[in-house]
Amino acid sequence: MSSKKVEALTAGLMSVLSIIIGFAVGAIFLMAAGLSPAVVYGKLVDSVFGKPKFLVWTLMYASPIMLTGLSVAFSFKTGVFNIGAEGQFVVGALTATFLGIALKLPAGIHAIVCMLGAAAAGFVWSMVVGIMKVKRGIHEVLSFIMFNWLAFYLSNYVVNLEYIHKEGGGEASKDVAETARILFPESMLKATDCTGGNWGILIAIVLAIVVWIVLEKTVLGYNLKAVGANRFAAEFGGIDANKSILTALGISGALSGLGGAVQILGIGGRLAQFAGQEGYGFEGISVALIGSSNPIGCIFSAFFYGAMKYGGTKLSLVKAPAEIVNIIMGCVVFVIAIQAIFKPGFKKLTRKTSKIQ
Amino acid sequence: MNHVSHIDETNVVIAMKDIVKKFGNFTANDHINLTVHKGEVHAILGENGAGKSTLMNVLYGLYKPTSGSIEINGKAVELSGPKHAISLGIGMVHQHFMLIQPFTVTENIVLGVEPAKAGFVVDTKTAKAKVMELSEKYGMAIDPDAKIEDISVGMQQRVEILKVLYRGAQTLILDEPTASLTPQEIDELMEIIDNLTKDGKSVILITHKLKEIKAASDYCTIIRQGKYIDTVKVSEVTENDLAAMMVGREVNFVVEKEEAKPEETVLEIKDLHAIDYRGVEILKGFNLNVRRGEIVGIAGVDGNGQTELVEILTGLKKATGGSVTILGQEMLNKTPKEMFDAGVSSIPADRQKHGLILQFSIEDNLILQHYNEEPFSKKGFLDRKVIRKQATELQEKFDIRPRNSEAKPAIQLSGGNQQKVIIAREVTNNKDLLIAVNPTRGLDVGAIEFVHKYIVEQRDKNKAVLLVSFELDEIMSLSDRIEVIFDGQINGSVSAADADEKELGFMMAGGKKDE
Repeated sequence: MSSKKVEALTAGLMSVLSIIIGFAVGAIFLMAAGLSPAVVYGKLVDSVFGKPKFLVWTLMYASPIMLTGLSVAFSFKTGVFNIGAEGQFVVGALTATFLGIALKLPAGIHAIVCMLGAAAAGFVWSMVVGIMKVKRGIHEVLSFIMFNWLAFYLSNYVVNLEYIHKEGGGEASKDVAETARILFPESMLKATDCTGGNWGILIAIVLAIVVWIVLEKTVLGYNLKAVGANRFAAEFGGIDANKSILTALGISGALSGLGGAVQILGIGGRLAQFAGQEGYGFEGISVALIGSSNPIGCIFSAFFYGAMKYGGTKLSLVKAPAEIVNIIMGCVVFVIAIQAIFKPGFKKLTRKTSKIQ
Repeated sequence: MNHVSHIDETNVVIAMKDIVKKFGNFTANDHINLTVHKGEVHAILGENGAGKSTLMNVLYGLYKPTSGSIEINGKAVELSGPKHAISLGIGMVHQHFMLIQPFTVTENIVLGVEPAKAGFVVDTKTAKAKVMELSEKYGMAIDPDAKIEDISVGMQQRVEILKVLYRGAQTLILDEPTASLTPQEIDELMEIIDNLTKDGKSVILITHKLKEIKAASDYCTIIRQGKYIDTVKVSEVTENDLAAMMVGREVNFVVEKEEAKPEETVLEIKDLHAIDYRGVEILKGFNLNVRRGEIVGIAGVDGNGQTELVEILTGLKKATGGSVTILGQEMLNKTPKEMFDAGVSSIPADRQKHGLILQFSIEDNLILQHYNEEPFSKKGFLDRKVIRKQATELQEKFDIRPRNSEAKPAIQLSGGNQQKVIIAREVTNNKDLLIAVNPTRGLDVGAIEFVHKYIVEQRDKNKAVLLVSFELDEIMSLSDRIEVIFDGQINGSVSAADADEKELGFMMAGGKKDE
């Protein structure tokens, strides 16, 4: 078995282990609250897999965070830390909303234009931070956090502009045109007995595969990863490190921006005024971590996170607090963050098992 | 320098018997014996990765041996950690110093065991007095109030030695102590070692430099691939014997090369000026030219402008003035890529920082300058088959070990093999000028022989070679012409044929050739 495969398998096992630990800790809290973990977790599983339409809802929850997860994973692989996925998501959502309201285009094309616009917005939003980094050495983590808030207030400002704001009250924008939506066609929805359902998941999965190919198979991926791993050696070898950092941040931002568009065009249909940061970008960090920054891993981890988010909304039916999901997710990410403690043992285990096979 | 022995063979201070240390399936130490007497200098010789450091870490209490016994002063001990080892009189001076830069010499020496007034106020006066007493006793002149960041590497080493003496060490382990010292500093260190053993201390010297073993030690234990080979009386063996035992075959020390036949000028540097990171002028009108078919060695003490010179030639640093031409083309202050394209390839001083991307596989490291060119990639996609094929060929040709490790990250290779990856890449680039900076730093004799062979081969292929090295031996054996750099300028030039170590040392310290 190649070392790369061992690495990937170890990472996968690590994620599974952390999820198990997360649920175990969650069970302790449930029991402390006088609830049966079996009942609560049973409900959680049932509310995700119980009916086809539940599954569709899970996928809808998963798609935006799959994109922000990819965005963060891409940044990790290329040696920058995109903690600004939240802000890029917001400017992406805002741009998609604006274009969805303002433009009059045929169905499909309108949606594509909105998504491209959102990706471009995320690209530029992230790039500005990148330019500050390479020109002035300002650490991207600091500027990203500030840019998240800039995006937040910018969005709330724009939503309240007369041209954008919903007529006749309500704390949101107008609805985007039907032509800009990316919903499943009626016939498909009827077949699965769904109320929602959109193409976002497909877009996200395709992009996950594209990102994987870019990172693993292309010259661009080599270049970006080289700078991420050791910018000195890369520069010494003739690579323009600053250009690579900007490219990496731009692509990462575009993915988050697209996540915002998928949320608006697929689920919301309009942009609400925020009371607080919505967290899609930050959830992307968790998705990337659980997926061990592997684009393909992000597909699974986003599905898991989506399932937890969606399943969590139904826990009140068994009188369990929805926050239990946050406890579980917190533990999962915590265990992944401290995985250095278990990793050597796990690697050994992976090698042994692969030898037996 | 002749070694005067102070060994007391009746008094064994350390006896390590049948030490085995396994890491998983890997046996780093396989039944190794080591006996050290009072007043002895005992060298431990072995290639990179032979298991010398593992053995010393066992003795220092950092690793628990898998099996085997350790006796200190005739008593069997089971070391629980470095603290325990220190309490039994063992002290270790690491290759990479562990000093706090903004602290003074005294502060560093007493750190952790400060004499205190009223239980908590550091008694600087007593501390200083004790430090001075030790430094005088062993002939290690030092300024107790100087800050570490202001003193030379040789002085820093003294601080490290004083640190372990201050903690009551009877046996001092010196790990590659001469790696970064100038020839003068090495002589001084040898004197210090002599003073220590005269006083009844024992010294364990880890090194791959045979000359120093011959010059300073009584006994030498040879380890090869984790196995105990032999312990020999140094006065009874030759350097060649030692090398053969270490490597397992005969080693050729003399770099075999024909006389150089220099042709057209490839690199010409005129009146080059540059400032260092502190903003102080470090190159002050530097002139040099290197022609095809010759190896020009730059000898000099670290900090006289070599680093900046190489950085300018490889495009990493901007000069403030002057001219650099490659084959007649002005190339001052270009990017690394432009320098490379103009015909400069280089073996950088810091292989892990500038030479390799450690997380990348060996095959990916081998295409660092060509990943976006055919045949390694087409239309933006890497061609893995071609990349693998080249890596396999280069692994074979340059003896990069272990074989079939094309897809393994470079971080898993030993230092010598990492260096071979860089050399394979840079030699394959086939550029007109090769710049080699400390190309054999930290390598064992087998690997050194190999690296030297390829550098000479480049010259014989009619390339120009610029060698910058702090190893005077390397400069003298490899160069055709030696230029001495001092204070940002060339201080003199000698043909390698009639170079003399003393004279070069004198010039490196600023003396003029004919004075």
